[in-house]
Amino acid sequence: MLKRTDYLTRVYGKPEGWSLATYEREMGGYEVARRVVTTMTREQVVDEAKKANVRGRGGAGFPMGVKWGFMPKAAPPGTVAKPHYLIVNADESEPGTHKDRTIMELNPHACIEGAIIASYAIGAHVAYIYVRGELDLSMARLEGAIREARAKGYLGKTPFGKDFPIEVYVHSGAGAYICGEETSMLNSIEGRRGEPRNKPPFPANAGAFGCPTTVNNLESIASVPTAFGMGCEAFSKLSALHSINDGGVRLYGLNGHVKKPGVVELAVGPTLNELIYDVGGGVLGDRGVMCVIPGGSSTPVLRPSETVNAPDPKSPLHPWHGKSVFDLPLGVDTMRAVGTMLGTCCVTVIAEGTDPVWCMQNLMQFYRHESCGQCTPCREGGAWLERVCQKLLDGKASMQELDGLNEIANGIMGNTICAFGEGTAMPALAFLQKFRPEFEAYVRGGRTRADARLTVEPWR
Amino acid sequence: MPFALTPERERKLQELLDRYPTKMAVTLPLLHLCQEQAGYISEETMQFVAKRLDVSPAHVKGVVTFYTLFNQHPVGKHQVWVCRTLPCALRGAFDVIEHCEKRLGIRCGETTADGKVTLRTAECLASCGTAPMMQVDKEYHENLTRARLDQILAKLLD
Repeated sequence: MLKRTDYLTRVYGKPEGWSLATYEREMGGYEVARRVVTTMTREQVVDEAKKANVRGRGGAGFPMGVKWGFMPKAAPPGTVAKPHYLIVNADESEPGTHKDRTIMELNPHACIEGAIIASYAIGAHVAYIYVRGELDLSMARLEGAIREARAKGYLGKTPFGKDFPIEVYVHSGAGAYICGEETSMLNSIEGRRGEPRNKPPFPANAGAFGCPTTVNNLESIASVPTAFGMGCEAFSKLSALHSINDGGVRLYGLNGHVKKPGVVELAVGPTLNELIYDVGGGVLGDRGVMCVIPGGSSTPVLRPSETVNAPDPKSPLHPWHGKSVFDLPLGVDTMRAVGTMLGTCCVTVIAEGTDPVWCMQNLMQFYRHESCGQCTPCREGGAWLERVCQKLLDGKASMQELDGLNEIANGIMGNTICAFGEGTAMPALAFLQKFRPEFEAYVRGGRTRADARLTVEPWR
Repeated sequence: MPFALTPERERKLQELLDRYPTKMAVTLPLLHLCQEQAGYISEETMQFVAKRLDVSPAHVKGVVTFYTLFNQHPVGKHQVWVCRTLPCALRGAFDVIEHCEKRLGIRCGETTADGKVTLRTAECLASCGTAPMMQVDKEYHENLTRARLDQILAKLLD
């Protein structure tokens, strides 16, 4: 169900919407953080946060409150505990994802206020916001917000008069997609190459600088003040999928072949059709949809002809049994149930007439470039996938090589330190399975690079 | 010649050192400062960073070569990055790239003869809803049209 909200986006487009003055006028300033920090205990904050059912907005969909609960409890009196750290993941680089940038640029104070509450909840005195290096304006707006908050006494040695020092710093990345993976981000913050670490140990036990660390997506953090402001349960109930623990509101991105691309805030649970036609105004040139990438390039594509298969009345998906996947509410678990992922909730729409082989080659080129190179299956496999796609497009690949693509992708799955390997292989396998005739046409003849199109309207 | 930071950037470095529990953690921020000053990271700069942060030059080199944004060679005065990844490609990124190459008279990865512009392709710059787009130095230019692109390039070459 399409339900527009404006909790995160109210100040978007307001003059000086990113300033503290606007944040105080429109969003109540830092009153939520003040109340939480001065009247609640750490445990109370974590328990409350769990009720918000905020599924991590970075792509994995892990419940934020539960993650906070993994952090070690306060040390008994007389003992010295290791410092705790909060790391806010704003390394937004997944192709098709363009939501976090808008929050940083247009509503930075929500990020800072959320970081204060989260730091308090996990017992951290320092929070680093890891912003991808290219996003200069985002970093400037966050730095400005931090300066304003510190001047007001919301950050520093005694925020809101409470003896619980909190500092928030902006840390700039340097153009590596992999640093959005949480353990890679830890290495990057420590000043190393952004190579993911083996888990365990998990960051909650040994994260940044070997200390307990929570890594949360920026949008998750920015929604914290709203959730605590209205009560976390009430926040969760805004969602159409509250009953399956997928709560609140979130930002949906639309890009690709839609008439009105952009970012929109909605209660959790719109369908793809609602996003494409009601929000996006339909497909360019009023074409049909060939497929969509539901939440960033690592999520397998969906085609409108696919239907939900849930004959069991006990299945949470049963109400949509037999309907198109485009009429299924977008949620972490609903998307998982139809073989893809919700990811970052930014939908790439690809119109009929686009060449799926070229799409896959384009994405594989991305993964080839961004693999950190630690694990052989990912480093070599990604490059191999891209080379074969290139060969297909050139009309030089054999049927054996086409079939080999499946083998290469399957060889990456599960054989790497981090999920980047799956992020490469899953979309590749989906393209191969769902567009087999188009791939074969490049081998048998009938399709050539000269006819292949990615755009549906000429660029002017 | 050994590398040194300007006094203002030296102050910034002191500020950065206070933010982290280890000196090594300042590697990326310091490299950004150095590149802002010199345009790229030379061997001398790596030596400087290693010395100031008590890490090995090999560590610094490892970091510099890992991250795309650190230039290992001198580059043009202006950096043009055109996003080529799928969401932008669906909206004409390859036409933008072709147009840039024609207008600047260079291929992607090259610098104009007068040293003014380095043209490169970028992997997704988180601007998919406003595609096609490119980044010029620190600024994003979104929803690029042929006319806008011509204006931007003309200004760079001026």
